[in-house]
Amino acid sequence: MGVRQTSIEPSRAPPVQYVLRLADLCLILAQRLGEWCGHAPILEEDIALTNTALDLIGQARALLTHAGRLGAAQGCGVVLDEDQLAFLREERDYLNPTLVELPRGDFAFTTLRNAMVATWLTHMWQHLSASSDAEVAGIAAKAVKEARYHQRHAADWVVRLGDGTAESKQRLEEALHELWPYTAELFESDTVDEHAAASGLGPRWSALREGWFAQMRVLLSEAGLAMPAEGPFRSTGRSGKHSEHLGYLLTDMQYLQRAYPGGAW
Amino acid sequence: MSVSVTDAPTRVARAWIALQQVLDPEVPALSVLELGIVREVIDRGAMLEIVVTPTYSGCPATEVIARQIMDAIDAAGVGPAQLRLQRAPAWSSDWITAAGRRKLNEYGIAPPAPVPAEATVSVGSIRRRGAPIEVACPRCGSSDTSQLSAFGSTACKALYRCLACLEPFEYFKPI
Repeated sequence: MGVRQTSIEPSRAPPVQYVLRLADLCLILAQRLGEWCGHAPILEEDIALTNTALDLIGQARALLTHAGRLGAAQGCGVVLDEDQLAFLREERDYLNPTLVELPRGDFAFTTLRNAMVATWLTHMWQHLSASSDAEVAGIAAKAVKEARYHQRHAADWVVRLGDGTAESKQRLEEALHELWPYTAELFESDTVDEHAAASGLGPRWSALREGWFAQMRVLLSEAGLAMPAEGPFRSTGRSGKHSEHLGYLLTDMQYLQRAYPGGAW
Repeated sequence: MSVSVTDAPTRVARAWIALQQVLDPEVPALSVLELGIVREVIDRGAMLEIVVTPTYSGCPATEVIARQIMDAIDAAGVGPAQLRLQRAPAWSSDWITAAGRRKLNEYGIAPPAPVPAEATVSVGSIRRRGAPIEVACPRCGSSDTSQLSAFGSTACKALYRCLACLEPFEYFKPI
């Protein structure tokens, strides 16, 4: 004890940032889903949420490893490994959209967010399976199958809750209104996206908008919910400016590696 | 100059034989070959290269399997070898061999249905597509079964129950 593990700084090169945004989306959502372990309303969903988390961690690991190598190739010098990138960055160097760092809420909130994110990911992975970066294309071709499975499972539950009791519907409605403003960030594009689109690394996030809205519209209507209107609020997690919640999450997630540098089992 | 002995099995052939003995640690009824994750064994001269495709991105067994493969190659005396993880094309449960499917069923795990072709992301309902797949109970063979849980004890399995013999069983997810 006592040795403080110093933080690492990832490369600021656009391709690295692009990959880290997606890696962190998977990593941070997985961390949130892991919080359900032993706490889900029924055993089957406890298993479902943690299995979903496991797939997301696998996807994050592959992407973080790749981001570390890309960073070295972009002139950062050393190859940062998946563990360093997952556990030793400062808060502002995490580039996940704010949506996935919001506290897990109740089961309706978690389920609806999972459906939103899995739907976004199926579109993202589908695009990325044609990436000019062969490693990214390989990760995506595998992950798209996993995301579809997650998507269907979460979507079934969204309908079940929306079409369930008065309380389940009310909770789902509350979740929808709480989550909705944070979805806008999933379809914003900036210079990192422009770079990725120009090099063929991956799509602008704005290119995912149409497909996501089409599927969400059908899902929400099947669940008896109206799609909320778009407001002016924009979250900014993917440029490193997070909500107050990420710091607490990282404290929990990073504790072991900070307290016991390089600890493994 | 090396002399080749034509009737002795090659190093690559001996490696494949050794790999038949490596079992999936989470589904020990199946060898890694029956699971369809070993794509190639290449003789690189000084090294044998073993190309493996992982089943699930987050499958914790992947590292154990990699270690067991290297141990089996060493034990067969055909090393040194190196293992290369190849993600594309992505592993599909369709790659499980016929013998593998039979062994899964005998072990009590219903083998996966063929994976439906999904060229593009659909824009319609993301919920149920087509008729629900028919899963036969590995114990009594009845198709009168229902899903208990979409996820199970490992990343690759779901939980079902048989409505005829009333036993629960695991189903290998088609992916």
